[in-house]
Amino acid sequence: MTGPDANANVGIVIVSHSPDVARGTADMVRQMVGDEVPLAWCGGNPDGGLGTSVPAILDAIDRAWSERGVAILVDLGGAETNSEMAIEMLPEERQGRVLLCNAPIVEGAVMAGTEASAGSTLEEVRRTAEELRPA
Amino acid sequence: MTIDAAARARLIRALAGTVIAHADELTGLDQAIGDGDHGLNMKRGFETVLAEADTLAAQPLPAMLAGIGKTLVMRVGGASGPLYGTLFLTLGKTLPEESGMADAAPALEAAVAAVKARGKSDAGQKTMLDVLVPVLEELKAGGEGLPARLAATAHAAAEATVPMRAVRGRASFLGERSVGHMDPGARSSALMVEAVVTWLEEQA
Repeated sequence: MTGPDANANVGIVIVSHSPDVARGTADMVRQMVGDEVPLAWCGGNPDGGLGTSVPAILDAIDRAWSERGVAILVDLGGAETNSEMAIEMLPEERQGRVLLCNAPIVEGAVMAGTEASAGSTLEEVRRTAEELRPA
Repeated sequence: MTIDAAARARLIRALAGTVIAHADELTGLDQAIGDGDHGLNMKRGFETVLAEADTLAAQPLPAMLAGIGKTLVMRVGGASGPLYGTLFLTLGKTLPEESGMADAAPALEAAVAAVKARGKSDAGQKTMLDVLVPVLEELKAGGEGLPARLAATAHAAAEATVPMRAVRGRASFLGERSVGHMDPGARSSALMVEAVVTWLEEQA
């Protein structure tokens, strides 16, 4: 296998109500960290309108999977609730290795991606993203 | 009281029917204080439930309720998906295979606790819990004329969310401006309670 080991770094998942916001945020992360970080996004409800979708979140976690864990960045309430639901539906051995970051989605994703690219642990990635949380 | 497959299918149609019939009203309530998608989201979820009605109803009541919950989780697309999904999943997990009215209160108690945990919320915050909690209390009280009292409690509890100020969910962004509108989740919960009560009365 060539290229960076996908399991070397924590993965990042971006969950927005809007596919445009999710894709744009992922583009910004990608520009910062290249291919060093497993990265996936999803946005939109199951019919493609604004909203979030548990199956799409599960799929994104799978695509960004790293044995070191996955950090999820969300925008508004439904994205958080649906992401929490998705985490609980993961196979047991994966559940403890996926964390939601309480951070603004764009800034949080860029910070989390940068931290992840340095080989940090999942907890470190989350802490860095959450430094942006409004006091 | 026997709840056979035909009765279970009627329950599904009653639940889905009331949500779908009131989708525009729910969306209107949500446009006032949320993001305006509650009716559409719930309709999408319950249309899928309705399409699977016969398959779902072929299973025992607990499995059927869990199946409804799973479908709502996967199809609704808003916060109400995991919230109502958790309600039905927990009802399904808690009810014994051969269940009667005596099993309803403990099952609803577990389900309401699970919804509180999922939404990090409690009664008094202008949410579906403002209907579910008083309905649970009424159900635990038991006694004469329970079904009619449950329906009346649900209806009055939804009305009682009008003067409340939202502190959870999108409506909380509006602060004081959330006052004066009924909470859409409280309304959809009341509709479902009323549908279950009507169904129960038809079983007798």
